[in-house]
Amino acid sequence: MIQLEQLTWKVAGRTILADVTVAIPANTYAVLMGSTGCGKTTLLEILCGLRKPTSGRVLLDGVDVTHLEPRERGIGYVPQDLALFPGLRVREQIGFAPKLRGVAPEELNQRVNRLAEQFGITHLLNRLPDLLSGGEKQRVALARALAAQPKLLLLDEPLSALDESMRAEAVSLLQRVQSEHELTVLHVTHSSSEAAALGHLHLRMAGGRLEIDSKV
Amino acid sequence: MTLNRSNLCWLALALITAGYLLFWALLLGATAAYSTPDSWLKVLMSPEIRHATWLSLVTCSLAAGFALLLAVPVGYLMSRREFRGKSWLDAALDIPIILPPLVVGLCLLIFFQTRIGKVIEMAIPFTYQVSGVVLAQFVVAAAFAIRTMRGTFQHLSARPEDVALTLGCTRFQALWHVALPAARRGMVAAFCIAWARSLGEFGPILVFAGATRMKTEVLPTTVWLELSVGNLEAAVAVSLFMVLLAVLVLVVVRATGEKV
Repeated sequence: MIQLEQLTWKVAGRTILADVTVAIPANTYAVLMGSTGCGKTTLLEILCGLRKPTSGRVLLDGVDVTHLEPRERGIGYVPQDLALFPGLRVREQIGFAPKLRGVAPEELNQRVNRLAEQFGITHLLNRLPDLLSGGEKQRVALARALAAQPKLLLLDEPLSALDESMRAEAVSLLQRVQSEHELTVLHVTHSSSEAAALGHLHLRMAGGRLEIDSKV
Repeated sequence: MTLNRSNLCWLALALITAGYLLFWALLLGATAAYSTPDSWLKVLMSPEIRHATWLSLVTCSLAAGFALLLAVPVGYLMSRREFRGKSWLDAALDIPIILPPLVVGLCLLIFFQTRIGKVIEMAIPFTYQVSGVVLAQFVVAAAFAIRTMRGTFQHLSARPEDVALTLGCTRFQALWHVALPAARRGMVAAFCIAWARSLGEFGPILVFAGATRMKTEVLPTTVWLELSVGNLEAAVAVSLFMVLLAVLVLVVVRATGEKV
């Protein structure tokens, strides 16, 4: 469960997030909508520890993680540009987190192969990111985040670079991933259809405030 | 194609560029035509110049290596972190670039006469030593390497490093596993630029390390020594050799995709 308590973020005298308070139950697929520049990405970055809030608290399963480093939070993050590591092959991208945690090579290989199979990217394991299509990159980024076995997954407009035909496929992939890995997901999107297809909980951000969207 | 005003403007700019390049071609051509390839070879094979060449290659490589070791962390800090006084630090890092070269040598010479300098020299002697040549080259070359690495990191998105932090990396691990592999072309460029800068260094070396034949004589020192005794042919041969090395470095840097 994610709880945000009176989270505020101010920069250069401007309030981007104002007293954001919300609770997202475990195993929920939450979608967050709002106009460009309203603070959605900032909220995700505060959640995963890349930014420190001006005030307020972030609780994960009742534990205050506000002052923990990103690596200590167990949160997976897929940014809008997917941010694949340049120069690392798909196999190394997916195996990055397990290798860092000292997972034995045999288990690491199994984990990478299992995720690659689940995402349909087994044939891409030896490719570099530059040689992947938008959809393939998105799958690799998701597999890389899940290889760290997070409890919470933050997705920042992960489908924005995909065309319409691939988007439907990606939506069903995300649904499957969320249920199979029993994840709590917070997914930022501008697309109402994407939000309707995926979201169990609909959130809307406006004027720095976060509200549960009861209209959906 | 009709010559309208816009085309005339581009033509004028192209002529200015061509004129500048022609001037350089004439300079190098005149220098190359001063003597024959046979005499260049004869000069370059003399023991003193072979020693100076060898010493230049070794000291430049060491200075560039040390410069890169400094440039990576400083460049990363300057490109990724905002802090109070950053613009002042930025300006301070460029000081070796704007300081007159002889002043750099003088500063080094005076520093090693202070108490701290003398203590350092008890461990590693620098003044009028080969290590002094490396240090004199390093202090200027490092500023150029830092500029290059700062530019390299600024052009690389910080996002993959952020993701690495969420995947379990410390900041140092994110630098090591993600930023450095991505910056390897920039590192090659920074090394080459530092190397080329070290190769051309003369003033600080002359003042701080001296110009002793077969000891602290590097290629620029050779040019100066040969000129001072009126041996223009030897000075020309060494100069052309240095031009060749500089062109090779430029080719390598261009191949990395970085700009000098």
